[in-house]
Amino acid sequence: MGVKSKQLPRHAWKEEVTVNIRPMTALVTLCMLAFSPPVQAADKPTDPQIAHIAYTAGVIDVENARLAISKSGNKAVVSFAEDMVRDHEAVNTQALDLVKKLKVTPEDNDTSKALARAADDERAKLAKLDGASFDKAYVDNEVAYHKQVNGALETLLIPSASNAELKALLETGLKIFQGHQQHAEHVAATLK
Amino acid sequence: MRAGFYLVAITGLMLGNGAMLAEARTIRVTIDKMAFVPAEIEAQVGDTIEWVNNDILVHTATVKGGWEVMIPAKGTASRAVVEAGQVDFYCRFHPNMKGRISVAAP
Ligand SMILES: [Cu+2]
Repeated sequence: MGVKSKQLPRHAWKEEVTVNIRPMTALVTLCMLAFSPPVQAADKPTDPQIAHIAYTAGVIDVENARLAISKSGNKAVVSFAEDMVRDHEAVNTQALDLVKKLKVTPEDNDTSKALARAADDERAKLAKLDGASFDKAYVDNEVAYHKQVNGALETLLIPSASNAELKALLETGLKIFQGHQQHAEHVAATLK
Repeated sequence: MRAGFYLVAITGLMLGNGAMLAEARTIRVTIDKMAFVPAEIEAQVGDTIEWVNNDILVHTATVKGGWEVMIPAKGTASRAVVEAGQVDFYCRFHPNMKGRISVAAP
């Protein structure tokens, strides 16, 4: 670890950059949403949009996890992926119950669309990998993905939510996804 | 009448057995937003630990190489304390969730 800052072989440096950049691209929209300078009130997502974004983010993670379950032979990776399916489905079921109760129809929007598109690209890349390189790419992406989703929840989605119950569910989601991020980081460390 | 008789009989049994003197208790551990509360509990052999899960997720209380209790979302699960000693448990699905049970020797 300490060696990293000093003399890093060129190829290793390159690899590190690639690994870090890939998930970023996949999340570029969420990033921009979460970290761009303060926007006008008009750009604040509405509750139906927030619900759609949060739901989409969950579906994406479930789909990635299903890919990992079908492809990986690593026990820690597979059980992590199973945890992702279980939890994100539970949160999304809760979200669907809530929107039904509130009589809110989740509204598709540019953020959701861009998220889904970027995720398709990411999944296509993952699908081409196998064995240890798949495991590493999947778990690294999980770390980056949860980090970004949590950032978006914290800085944009939760503050923008106007319905108290929706806000509370997003807060619960944040707590859960922070746990996922730590779990993913832990699994990533075992793959090094 | 009959119930009264049994009560006397049971009390007699309990008095006759030092280990049974302490009444068996149910110790409740609440799970809220991905955490066991309290995280550390003290128990005695014969007590029951009850996990009350307020989360929308399934959790487990798992002892590595030992027992496991599955705690359904918005549900409860329990387990009797059968032996003295200290065990650490965690949630297999959310490994950051940790707890400890210290059981005094009888
Ligand atoms: Cu858990």
